[in-house]
Amino acid sequence: MDGRYNLQTPASGMAADLYSLHTFMLVLCTIIFIAVFAVMFYSIYAHRKSKGHQAATFHESTAVEIAWTLIPLLIVIVIGVYATPVVIAQKNTTGADITIKATGYQWKWGYDYLKGEGEGISFLSTLSTPEDQIRGIAPKGEHYLSEVDKELVVPVGKKIRVVTTANDVIHAWMVPAFGVKQDAIPGFVRDTWFKADKIGTFRGHCAELCGKNHAFMPIVVRVVSAEDYTKWVAAQPKAAPVKTAALAADAAAKPASN
Amino acid sequence: MSAVLGPQHGIAGHDDHAHDHPHGWRRWLFATNHKDIGTMYLWFSLSMFFVGGILALGIRTELFQPGLQLLNPELFNQFTTMHGLIMVFGAIMPAFVGFANWMIPLQIGASDMAFARMNNFSFWLLIPAALLLVVSFFVPGGATAAGWTLYAPLSTQMGIGMDLAIFAIHILGASSIMGSINIITTILNMRAPGMTLFKMPMFVWTWLITAYLLIAVMPVLAGAITMLLTDRHFGTAFFNAAGGGDPVMYQHIFWFFGHPEVYIMILPAFGIISEVVPTFSRKKLFGYSSMVYATASIAILSFVVWAHHMFTVGMPVTGQLFFMYATMLIAVPTAAKIFNWLATMWKGSLSFETPMLFAVGFIFVFTMGGFTGIILSVAPIDIQLHDTYYVVAHFHYVLVAGSLFALFSGLYFWLPKWTGHMYDETLGKWHFWLSMIFFNVTFFPMHFLGLAGMPRRYADYNMQFADFNALASVGAFGFGLSQLLLVYVVIKCIKGGPKAADNPWGSQYGLEWSVPSPAPFHTFETPPVVK
Repeated sequence: MDGRYNLQTPASGMAADLYSLHTFMLVLCTIIFIAVFAVMFYSIYAHRKSKGHQAATFHESTAVEIAWTLIPLLIVIVIGVYATPVVIAQKNTTGADITIKATGYQWKWGYDYLKGEGEGISFLSTLSTPEDQIRGIAPKGEHYLSEVDKELVVPVGKKIRVVTTANDVIHAWMVPAFGVKQDAIPGFVRDTWFKADKIGTFRGHCAELCGKNHAFMPIVVRVVSAEDYTKWVAAQPKAAPVKTAALAADAAAKPASN
Repeated sequence: MSAVLGPQHGIAGHDDHAHDHPHGWRRWLFATNHKDIGTMYLWFSLSMFFVGGILALGIRTELFQPGLQLLNPELFNQFTTMHGLIMVFGAIMPAFVGFANWMIPLQIGASDMAFARMNNFSFWLLIPAALLLVVSFFVPGGATAAGWTLYAPLSTQMGIGMDLAIFAIHILGASSIMGSINIITTILNMRAPGMTLFKMPMFVWTWLITAYLLIAVMPVLAGAITMLLTDRHFGTAFFNAAGGGDPVMYQHIFWFFGHPEVYIMILPAFGIISEVVPTFSRKKLFGYSSMVYATASIAILSFVVWAHHMFTVGMPVTGQLFFMYATMLIAVPTAAKIFNWLATMWKGSLSFETPMLFAVGFIFVFTMGGFTGIILSVAPIDIQLHDTYYVVAHFHYVLVAGSLFALFSGLYFWLPKWTGHMYDETLGKWHFWLSMIFFNVTFFPMHFLGLAGMPRRYADYNMQFADFNALASVGAFGFGLSQLLLVYVVIKCIKGGPKAADNPWGSQYGLEWSVPSPAPFHTFETPPVVK
């Protein structure tokens, strides 16, 4: 997980689009910032009372005021035009190869492969960082707080639709390298998608405050080749996926736990 | 109304006790004088600023290094939640009401606020509310740990601390609504003869618009938290899917309040800056009427952008697009305001006493917060950065460098009028530079943390976020300690110092400079005539 001064290196087409959109915005804002504040600092330098500068008396100019209303409006329209196709693509969850349900629990993730290769696979994914590392008794490992006992495994280059829901409170399923963040809402289903374009392990976190162990329910996605994925699927025990309809009842029945 | 509140009535209202007033504790408990009440608001807000600040330092101490050291995660979440609630409702909002109490009657030539006893009640309601918030740390289960937004259903899981917070917010809301009614009535009915709406100082204009926003949205917040309360205790299911409710509905209602709330905290700041910049540029405010229209536009737009706080809940694509476009539009009137301030400075005769330093500092860093705002308005980028430290950086740039620096600017600007003494200019400048530097040391690295994917409200984090977190913690302690200097400067100024002239800054604008320094207990008993 790199990205020290910028967004993480994209590992999906969507993340790459977000990366260039952000770069565009950052460059645009930096240019405007420098231009505007060059004026301010020139004024601070040149129009000082201590240098004997006399104040001018102008205090309005309709032409100038219209200009500096219209120019920002035009810039905003350009940004809107650039961003709109990305918004539409991001919301397009149709045509998925594999559909996986991610269920947020206090405080772990549950995954059910609902459709496509691997259908029927179901498991929980829990933080595997030892308590001793958190308490500072043992030295912290390389993937401190970003490691789980059972990783989500997906094939490279396939459109993965992630359906999110939750068992208790709102969580959010986020993997920055894929440009994905989707709230998981108890009693409701929402969806998002990604298509990983390289093999590797990608790490994310729960992004919606969900109680005391909010920081301790990471997401780890292992992207593998199609053949390795088939092998992985074959090695998994099959279990019936948790019924979504039952979740809401679970949420209501669950006692206050925070 | 105008017949009742006409100028002759203003004089008749003050009979034999006009030159006497209660002393000792009675002066404050029974206060009906706008200046006394303003002073109490400001002291209250300063105390809460330090309470919220201590919570912030607790957060930054825990985050100084990876691992859990000082706070367990439950307590950490209580700290982040209460830091937010106390700073928003206890520090920033009452501070602006304090300024309104002190300055609006002085700026419009009124003898006092319209409803003096209601004014007293608005202030004294703050005390039980603050006590409820602080005491909630010590009840079983501790304070609410659901974040200052109190999202359901996490907030329905909380202990009794949540109920105390709900009651506190109800009381604070009632106080704000009464304060707003008072401000609107005062401004609309008690202006000096000749002061038409478009001759009002910008601070008065921005507060008039802010007061309308408050009246519009505080009841919405009250409704949201009342529904939380009944969900928690009376078996309703507004936000519980199992009973036919919807957790996302809470967010819609909350942010319908929450976004205008953001502007409630910044519009009066714009007003202060619009008073300070012309004074120290020795030049009239550029584009006065466009400033008024820009403020009004921002206020109106604030009602149609709320769901940009909710891009990740999964709205339909048309919803994402509408809220993205509406949010981007806010950049236009905001940019116009920045340009107007720069044009006011342009070819002026500038000097940089502490109020002006804070005003220029405000324009510079607030604009950075504005730029990260427009970056976040782009829905796909927001989805990537939502609930990360980038957002924490963004809103501290607009709330600390924005609202708080504007409050500091206004404080140094009007302190001579309030106390009759000049403050220590050297120490004031030190306060500015220390605040400015440590603010940026604290919050600038958070942009990088957010971009790299560090979520907010985390008690512990990955190793690669360690160095920027350590830097931010060092900055936070520097910033916090610098504020002790502010307290010293203010107390020193109250106790003594060079005598302040009636118009210490040589301002050409503003009725407040026509009364003596310190402003006497009663001012404008005979309304001035504005030409």
